[in-house]
Amino acid sequence: MALHETIDHDPSQRQKTVQWLAMVAGALVVWAFLYSQLVPFSEWVVSLLPIERKSHFGEAIQFFVYDTPKVLLLLTLVVFAMGVVRSFFSPEKTRAMLAGRAEGVGNIAAAGLGILTPFCSCSAVPLFIGFVSAGVPLGVTFSFLIAAPMVNEVALGLLFALVGWKVALTYLAFGLAVAIVGGFVIGRLKLEGWLQPWVREIRAGAIELPDEQLTTVDRINSGIEAVREIVGKVWMWIIAGIAMGALIHGYVPADLMVKIMGADAWWSVPAAVLIGIPMYTNAAGVIPIVEALLGKGAALGTTLAFMMSVIALSLPEMIILRKVLTTKLIAVFVGVVGTGILAVGFLFNALFH
Amino acid sequence: MKDIKILGPGCKRCETTADMVKAEATKLGIDVKVEKVTDYAEIAKYGIASTPGIVVDGKVVHAGGLPKQDAIGGWLKG
Repeated sequence: MALHETIDHDPSQRQKTVQWLAMVAGALVVWAFLYSQLVPFSEWVVSLLPIERKSHFGEAIQFFVYDTPKVLLLLTLVVFAMGVVRSFFSPEKTRAMLAGRAEGVGNIAAAGLGILTPFCSCSAVPLFIGFVSAGVPLGVTFSFLIAAPMVNEVALGLLFALVGWKVALTYLAFGLAVAIVGGFVIGRLKLEGWLQPWVREIRAGAIELPDEQLTTVDRINSGIEAVREIVGKVWMWIIAGIAMGALIHGYVPADLMVKIMGADAWWSVPAAVLIGIPMYTNAAGVIPIVEALLGKGAALGTTLAFMMSVIALSLPEMIILRKVLTTKLIAVFVGVVGTGILAVGFLFNALFH
Repeated sequence: MKDIKILGPGCKRCETTADMVKAEATKLGIDVKVEKVTDYAEIAKYGIASTPGIVVDGKVVHAGGLPKQDAIGGWLKG
């Protein structure tokens, strides 16, 4: 199964390609300059305000003024890059790669493709039915559906930028692990009978779509479109998240945080998972909070468990999935994924103590 | 008369897709009937895995994300 090809043959198209690539390069230079000015900018803003720089309030304001543009800049870059990468994939191609795959290998492939395939939560139900009715095993479909929202470019990019590559890679590895194992377990349980009856009756099969002819300019446009859509949608979550993070950063005493979310408090991992379920925000909103929590001495495992729970186990998504899954199956889904997240939390707290 | 179906649960993109198709049809002077299919079971019968989908005279020509503007003309004429 080939990926979408890039069509750039005739000379006028090639010239246009060169112009667009030059614009992208120019935009990157501007981006790098802005990024290099973040610290001076935030110190300058705080110096303009009539507040003591070393006070709690000064700390909180500086954190906010520094972090907001930083996060927005990084997010724009990452979302743009992923928008371009994703123009090579589509759910239909992914489905063709996964249909009829054996469990195990299929779960691994599904979790990996979950990161790369364009996926929007409003498409979750058609995608679910489309996969299952075309012969993708239920457990493999779940691996995809767990990985796609949880291990996304926004989460990874922001973790990398704000907390460091070690935590980002860890999140990637363990997010994939939860998706692979969770989907595998659901597959082993043989719960096809717990789908809504009308879903079981659909025998549509898959259609082959005519290949979309994309040029390099189209792919750059996909990146721009992704930025407009995702950044346009999440910026207020980010600002809310950073404001929350700034309050934690400026006000919450570190020893209190260690007591509540430190590695010694074993109950903090399940508590973090439970608190995370009704909280509905996306990766962009939760990561600034994560950064502040870690900075104050919260244990890595507890923090990751909180983050995974917020993103992967959300009430609104369950309500959407209720249309295709019976409540019993949703309960199994929450149970399996929740257990996986708990395991990640405890493992981490034990390893990095 | 072209029979167009827009497959999608009613998200913003589906609306935009329907509008794009209608605008292109008016521009080209092609007579179309645009119908939105929002029922999940109905959508599933077309065998797509992402929305919005576009069906022209019973044939699926597009699935997932907004269509390319210049591709729409081709589907309407074809």
